[in-house]
Amino acid sequence: MSAQSLSYAEAMEDFDPVFGIEVHVELNTKTKMFCGCANEFGAEPNTQVCPVCLGLPGSMPVTNEKAVESAIRLGLALGCSIRESSRFARKNYFYPDLAKDYQISQYDEPTCYEGSLDVVLDDGTVVEIGIERAHMEEDAGKNTHVGGSGGIQGADYSLVDYNRGGVPLVEIVTKPIEGMGERTAEVARAYVATIRDIVRGLGISDGRMDQGSVRADVNLSLRPKAPAGEDQSAVPFGKRSETKNVNSLRAIEKAIHFEAGRQAALLSDGRPVVQETRHWHEDTESTTPGRSKEEAEDYRYFPEPDLLPVEPSREWVEELRGTIPEHPAKMRARLKDEWGFSDLEMRDVVAADAIGLLVATVEAGAKPQAARKWWMGELARVANEQETTLDALAVTPADIAELQSLVDSGRINDKLARQALAGVLAGEGSPTAVVETRGLEVVSDDSALEAAVDEALAAQPDVLAKIQDGKVQAAGAIVGAVMKATRGQADAGRVREIILQRAGVEG
Amino acid sequence: MSSLERSDVARLAALARIDMTDDDLDRLSGQLSAIVDAVAKVAEVAGTDVPATSHPIPMSNVHRPDEVRPSLPQERALAAAPEADEGRFRVPQILGEEA
Amino acid sequence: MTDWTRRTAAEMAAALKAGEVTSVELTQAHLDRIAAVDGPIHAFLHLDPEGALATARKVDEDRAAGVELPALAGVPIAVKDVLVTEGLPTTAGSKILEGWIPPYDSTVSANLKAARMPILGKTNMDEFAMGSSTEHSGYGPTHNPWDLDRIPGGSGGGSAAALASFEAPLAIGSDTGGSIRQPASVTGTVGVKPTYGGVSRFGAIALASSLDQLGPCGRTVLDTALLHEVMGGHDPKDATSLDEPVPACVEAAMQGATKDLTGVKVGVIKELSGEGYQAGVEQRFEEALERLKAMGAEIVEVSCPSFEFALAAYYLILPSEASSNLAKFDSVRFGLRVEKETVEKTMLATRAAGFGDEVKRRIILGTYALSAGYYDAYYGSAQKVRTLIQRDFAAAFESADVLVSPTTPTTPFKLGERLDDPLAMYLNDVATIPANLAGIPGMSLPSGIAPEDGLPVGFQILAPAHEDARLYRVGAALEASLTEEWGGALTAQAPELEVAE
Ligand SMILES: [Mg+2]
Ligand SMILES: [Zn+2]
Repeated sequence: MSAQSLSYAEAMEDFDPVFGIEVHVELNTKTKMFCGCANEFGAEPNTQVCPVCLGLPGSMPVTNEKAVESAIRLGLALGCSIRESSRFARKNYFYPDLAKDYQISQYDEPTCYEGSLDVVLDDGTVVEIGIERAHMEEDAGKNTHVGGSGGIQGADYSLVDYNRGGVPLVEIVTKPIEGMGERTAEVARAYVATIRDIVRGLGISDGRMDQGSVRADVNLSLRPKAPAGEDQSAVPFGKRSETKNVNSLRAIEKAIHFEAGRQAALLSDGRPVVQETRHWHEDTESTTPGRSKEEAEDYRYFPEPDLLPVEPSREWVEELRGTIPEHPAKMRARLKDEWGFSDLEMRDVVAADAIGLLVATVEAGAKPQAARKWWMGELARVANEQETTLDALAVTPADIAELQSLVDSGRINDKLARQALAGVLAGEGSPTAVVETRGLEVVSDDSALEAAVDEALAAQPDVLAKIQDGKVQAAGAIVGAVMKATRGQADAGRVREIILQRAGVEG
Repeated sequence: MSSLERSDVARLAALARIDMTDDDLDRLSGQLSAIVDAVAKVAEVAGTDVPATSHPIPMSNVHRPDEVRPSLPQERALAAAPEADEGRFRVPQILGEEA
Repeated sequence: MTDWTRRTAAEMAAALKAGEVTSVELTQAHLDRIAAVDGPIHAFLHLDPEGALATARKVDEDRAAGVELPALAGVPIAVKDVLVTEGLPTTAGSKILEGWIPPYDSTVSANLKAARMPILGKTNMDEFAMGSSTEHSGYGPTHNPWDLDRIPGGSGGGSAAALASFEAPLAIGSDTGGSIRQPASVTGTVGVKPTYGGVSRFGAIALASSLDQLGPCGRTVLDTALLHEVMGGHDPKDATSLDEPVPACVEAAMQGATKDLTGVKVGVIKELSGEGYQAGVEQRFEEALERLKAMGAEIVEVSCPSFEFALAAYYLILPSEASSNLAKFDSVRFGLRVEKETVEKTMLATRAAGFGDEVKRRIILGTYALSAGYYDAYYGSAQKVRTLIQRDFAAAFESADVLVSPTTPTTPFKLGERLDDPLAMYLNDVATIPANLAGIPGMSLPSGIAPEDGLPVGFQILAPAHEDARLYRVGAALEASLTEEWGGALTAQAPELEVAE
C-alpha cells in the first residue's frame, strides 16, 4: 500500500527540493505591446482590438517604447545585465486565444539577463535568488468555455475575447533554487511577494495577483537527500513538474506543499515522476496533469522578422537605473527605524500589505504610530468585515492624516473620530466635512459642561459624598453620566476636572 | 543529407495543423525530399565566423509612443468571424490544454 | 477616336490636367477593356466599377472646381490581391480567404486613395504569392496576353497581364523573390522592387516578412517612377519601414530619358548567364549592353560567387517565415472554416481544404527548417548565406553603380509545363532572388523579343540599397534607346486580343 500523497513535512524528511519560478508581470502601459489598443482590464469583449492584435492578414506589430522602458527598469531592479542588442522571436503554436498562432516573445537574446534578488523571509533571513532572465512578450486572449461543467473538459464550445491579447508582459525566470529544504514553500512565496512589491514600487504594474497582473508558474523537483556528510549538489536533479497559473501568495505555498507531497509519494514508492505541466486547483488545493503530449511541443522559435533589435544606449540605461527605488526589504528596515516600530508592529504592517498606505499617511502629516494605529486597527477591522483589502477601502491616506489631525487638535476625541471615519467610508466626504455635517465636535464650552456636571452630581448625591470623602475614582460614574448626556461629545478630561472642582477637591 | 520520410511529413503536417491523406503524404515526402536535398547545401557554405542576417537593412530601436489609438468597434472586429456569440469569437470545443 | 487605354499613365495624367479627358472616361474605358478581354486572360479576381467610378467622378468634380490634385489623380490602377483593401474582397489568391472583406486599409491602398487614383479591382496571383506562374492561384491561372497558352509570370501575373493587355495603365505588385520583376519580364512590361523598407508592408499579406517588398508596375519606366513615388515613404505602422524621403524616381527617369549615361558604371553579373539561359534571352541582353555603352556607360564584369547558394537559402528562409505567417489562417477570426467536433480538428480540416498544394509544400518545408534540431543547419545557415550574398553585392557595387542581368533565364513557358516539378519552377527566380536576400532595389524592363519564340525578354537592373533612383535613370535610358527603334513601348507589339462582345 502506498500513500497517494505525503505531507510536506514527510516529503522534506527524505527529499531535497529544487524549484524555479516563472513570473509573468502584466505592465500597466496605456497601450498594448505592439498596437495602440488600450491596455485596460474589464472592458466589453473584443472592444479593445484592432487588425494587429486580432492577427488580421497584413497587420504588423510595432513595439511600445514604454513597455521596453518598463522591462529595462524591472531588469535593473532585479540586478540584471541589460543586453546591448536584444531581439524578439516568434514562438509558434496553435491555440485559439493566440491571434496570430505565434506569440511574440524573446528567446535567445532577452533584454535582461543574469540577475539576482535578495528575498527577506519573515524571520529576517535573507535568501539570494538567481535570476536567469527577464524578457518581454505579449499576453494571449481569453477563452470562455460554455456548456458542460463550465470547464474546458466537456464544454460544448468556447468563446474567445482578444482584449487581453497583446497586453505587454515581462516574464521573469529564476535559476534553479536549491538547498532551501523545508523552507522551500516559504522562500517561493516570499520571492513572488518581493517581485510584486518591486513592480508596484517601480510603478510598472498594479501587481494585482487577484486580477492576474502577476501570475506564477512553479517548477518543482525532488531528489533524494544526500547521506550525512556528503555533498547534496552531487545528487542529480529529479524530473520536474511545472504547475501553471498559481495566482496568489498562499496558493504558491500550497502548490509547493502539494507537489512535494505528491512527488515524494511516487518516489518513495519507486515510481517515476513524469515531467509534465500541471494545473493548480484553488478549491481542492491540488494539481492535476495537463493533457499529456506524445512529444515535447516544438515551438520553432526564430527571430521576429517584423521587428528590429532593441539596442538601448548605455546612457539611457544609466538614466533608468537612477529611477529604481530601493529594494522593498531594505526599505522596510529603513522605515522600521525611522518610524520606531517594534519588530512585531512592523511585521504586522508588512503582513497586512500596508507599508505603502502608511508611507502615504505619514507623508500626509500623521505621526507613524497614529497612522499604524488607524490602518492596523479600525481600518483592518472594517476591511476584514467587508472581506476586502486595505487599499480597496473608500478612504485615502490623506483622509486618515486629516482625521488624526482633528483628534490631535482636540476637535474630536477617539470615539468621535471612529464615527467620522464611518462617515468617510460611507462616502459622506472628507473627515472635516463629516465632522461638520454630523455635528461630531467635542463640546468645549465650559458652561455647558458645568451645567451637565451639576445635573449629574445632583442626581447622584452619594457619589458626590464619596468624592468629597477622598474616593476620587468615584468621579468616573459622573464622567460617564456627563458623556452620556452629551452623546460622547465632551472632552472626558475636562469633565473630570470640573467634577473635582465642584466637589471641592483638586485633582 | 537527410531525406524526408513519410512519417516526418506526417509529424510536420500535424505541427502545422494541416490534415493530410495518405496520398498527400506519399506525394509530399517525395517532392520535399528532392527540395531538401537541393537546399541542404546552405549548411556547407557558411562557417561559424559568418554572422546571420535577419534583416536585410540594418536598423534598431524602432518603437512606438505609448499612445492609445482607436480600436475597431466590436461588430467590425467580429464581422468576418465564421461564428460569433456574446461579442466573442465562437469555436468548437477546445480539448484540454489548460484547466 | 482616341483609345485612351493605349496611352501611358503619364500621358493620361497630362490629358486629365489639360481637360482633354475626364477620369470617368478613362476609368470607364479601362472597365470596358476589361469586360472585352479579361475573360480568357483572367487578370482580375475582383472588380470594383462603382468604387472606381465614384473616385473618378469626385476627381473630375474637384478638378472642375479648381482644387489642387496629386500628379496621378484620376488615373486608374489595378491592385494585386495581396494588398488589404478596406471594404473590397481580399484573398491573396487563396480559397482560405474567399469572401473576406477587410475592416482596414493597407498603407499602400491608403496612399493610392490619397493620390485619388480609381482602383479598378484586385488582380490574380499565386496563392499567398507562392509561385512564378500564377498557376497556383486558388481561382485559376492568369494567361499571358502575348500567348494565352503561356504563363504571365508570378506571383504577380495578374497585375502584369492587366498592363500587357491594356486593362490598366498601372498596377501594384509585391516581390519576395522576383514576383514583380519576373512577370514584368515575361509580359514585356516594367516592374520595380524598391529597397526593402522603401514601401510600407503594413496591410500587405505577408509571405516572407524579411524578403517581401511592394512595388510599382507599369508599361514604361516613367509611369513606374510616378507610381513608386505615390507608394513609397516612411510608415510608422511598419517597423521595418525606412525613415527617409522617397527616392527621386521621376526626376531620375527624366534624366535617363536624355540618353546620357556618361560616367555610369554598369556591372554584368558573371554568375547570371550561361547554362540554363535561353539563346534569345542572352542575345537581347548583349544588345542592351551595347546600347548602354553607346550612351556612355562603362561596362564591367563582376562576380558574385555566393549567388550559387542564393536559391537554396531563399527556399529555406521563405518557407520558414511563411509557415509562421500563414499560421493565423486558423478558422477562428476570419476566412474559411471546415467545422469539426473540436477546434484542433477544425483547424486541421480548414487548412487542408483552404490551402493549395504549393502552399502546403512550403509550409511543411518551413516547419521542417525551423524545427528543433534542424534550425541551425537550415534556417540559421540560410541567414548566413544571406550575409555572404550581401558581401558579394557590396564588393560588386565597389566597381559598378548598377548591376545588370537577364531578369529570367527564359521567356514564358507553357501553362502546366512545370507544375509537377517544383524545383524546375523555382529556377525561374534564380536571377531575381539575390536582390531580395540583400534588400536591394531591382527593376525589370523589356529588352526586346526573343527571335526563336517571339516572346518578350526582360532586362534586370540592380542598385545598392536606398539608391532606387539609379534604376530609373539607367532603365529610362535603355528604354528610350529601344523605343526609338521600336516606335513605342514593347507592349504595342503584343498580338491583338480577341474582344468579347
Ligand atoms: Mg513566456
Ligand atoms: Zn490592437
